[in-house]
Amino acid sequence: MADSRRLSTDSRKPWLKRHRWLLLRRFNQLGVLFMFLLGPLFGAWLVTGNLSSSMTLDILPLTDPLLLTQSMLSGSWPATTGLIGAGLVLLFYALLGGRVFCSWVCPVNLVTDLAAWLRRRLGIRSSARLSRNLRWWLLGLVLLLPVLTGTMVWEYVNPVSMLHRGLIFGIGWAWLILAAVFLYDLLIVSRGWCGHLCPVGACYAAIGVAAPVHIAAPRRDQCDDCLDCFKVCPEPQVIKPALKGSALRSGGRHDPVIDSIDCTKCGRCIEVCDRDVFGLRLGWRGQDQQINSKLSEPTASLKQQGLQH
Amino acid sequence: MNRREFVLSSVRTAASVSLLGLGLSLYSRQASSLPAWALRPPGALPEADFQGACIRCGLCVRDCPFDMLHLARLGQNIPTGTPYFIAREAGCEMCEDIPCVAACPSNALDHSLTDINDADMGLAIISDQEACIAFQGLRCEVCFNICPIRGDAIRLEYRHSKRPGQQALFIPVVYAEHCTGCGKCEEACILEEAAIKVLPRHLIQGKLAQHDRLNSNGSL
Ligand code: SF4
Ligand code: SF4
Ligand code: SF4
Ligand code: SF4
Ligand code: SF4
Repeated sequence: MADSRRLSTDSRKPWLKRHRWLLLRRFNQLGVLFMFLLGPLFGAWLVTGNLSSSMTLDILPLTDPLLLTQSMLSGSWPATTGLIGAGLVLLFYALLGGRVFCSWVCPVNLVTDLAAWLRRRLGIRSSARLSRNLRWWLLGLVLLLPVLTGTMVWEYVNPVSMLHRGLIFGIGWAWLILAAVFLYDLLIVSRGWCGHLCPVGACYAAIGVAAPVHIAAPRRDQCDDCLDCFKVCPEPQVIKPALKGSALRSGGRHDPVIDSIDCTKCGRCIEVCDRDVFGLRLGWRGQDQQINSKLSEPTASLKQQGLQH
Repeated sequence: MNRREFVLSSVRTAASVSLLGLGLSLYSRQASSLPAWALRPPGALPEADFQGACIRCGLCVRDCPFDMLHLARLGQNIPTGTPYFIAREAGCEMCEDIPCVAACPSNALDHSLTDINDADMGLAIISDQEACIAFQGLRCEVCFNICPIRGDAIRLEYRHSKRPGQQALFIPVVYAEHCTGCGKCEEACILEEAAIKVLPRHLIQGKLAQHDRLNSNGSL
């Protein structure tokens, strides 16, 4: 029998259908990187700066809110472009879901996804136990240190900005930090960095707490327990309540919406599932009635989307 | 998990995270020291504040039309990700509209700097009179001629030569209150190793007990 960590191989779906979200994500991640590299490589300066703060076409400022917050906590007041840039980023991820940054933009995700994929391929099962809440402690630390020391301590080690800045301005020895993250994810803790420690991811998760975009498991009764979704998900703990949870919501229905802020909305669960259990759901959380009523006719909506066999 | 276990594990986590914080802070103290040969762009806050404010975005680097600013890489002896320039390689051209400051989203380059002549990137000093050929009686004047504020920041002053057969020396003299530390003089010095150098101001200037120091007219 194949290794239980591998995905079921007798899939009825064609390869492209099983990977279209993944391809879209890679396209987006590399596309963002490419836009930043257009200047340094080809002299086409559409976007300048890096993910910490950038300027697009000389008019659109975008600034990482966590970095600007650290800057302010260390005791300085940013320029207007910085504030507007951070506001735009906040708004964007508040609407789309914060960890969309993780699976669709962050360059470190390429590294940690590779580690997770290799882990599956090589059948590495051992993983040290670590609390997934550690990232919140680290986020607290990242915000506290500028207050105590007056300097942006986290930026001396932050793999996210190290990698992105490195790719655009020259990497120096920063690749060592990325290599460390890769090996740690591969050999020590499964999804160890992004799923347990990264305070940047935690910050984005918090930003997206009320986002009206969710992954849901409207056809959970079709699940045949192949566990493929759990194997590909970077935050497998978020799936269980929606897929297997027994809590009944108003109207006597199970609540199939994944509402953990840890879900990165990578869409992997949607595409790997042979039985199309998962789907995308739009709607403000808290309006359970509305969401549930939308979900009450999953078959109809799936038919419309042409997903029904 | 019962209450006791919960409290215990929280305490354990808090202790580990504090230790990590301590380690990071110590490391950052080391990693944040700036060598004297690396100068900050115009308008930079005092070094300690600058390192708290700068978000390492490189927008200043990109908006400099002369491409003389760089972002430090990990492994260089300069705080990672922060902008700097090396006077001997390429000094600041003192753009009138100061695009580097305008680009800075964090105010690490202080937007209240509106006149580039008020910038304070460092201070020039004739660091080796024995090597500077102006002191040997030759009319060099290269540093004087290249200075964007020549006549104020750097002046050629007449000295009587003590060597037999030599009439006069015209030596470059830097006036601290006008010099912006742009570094052009150090960049231009014709010697193999520059005899005029630009260093952070505090490494050069003396300080009187009160705030009285001689200004350029020689009065208190
Ligand atoms: S958790 Fe951190 S490193 Fe991982 S993808 Fe998100 S921001 Fe990037
Ligand atoms: S639940 Fe689905 S969309 Fe969310 S992180 Fe897991 S695999 Fe990705
Ligand atoms: S003043 Fe001009 S030359 Fe000097 S650092 Fe700024 S942009 Fe560059
Ligand atoms: S633009 Fe400002 S925040 Fe960005 S690297 Fe330059 S000094 Fe730092
Ligand atoms: S650094 Fe040199 S060139 Fe620049 S203002 Fe001072 S004396 Fe003039």
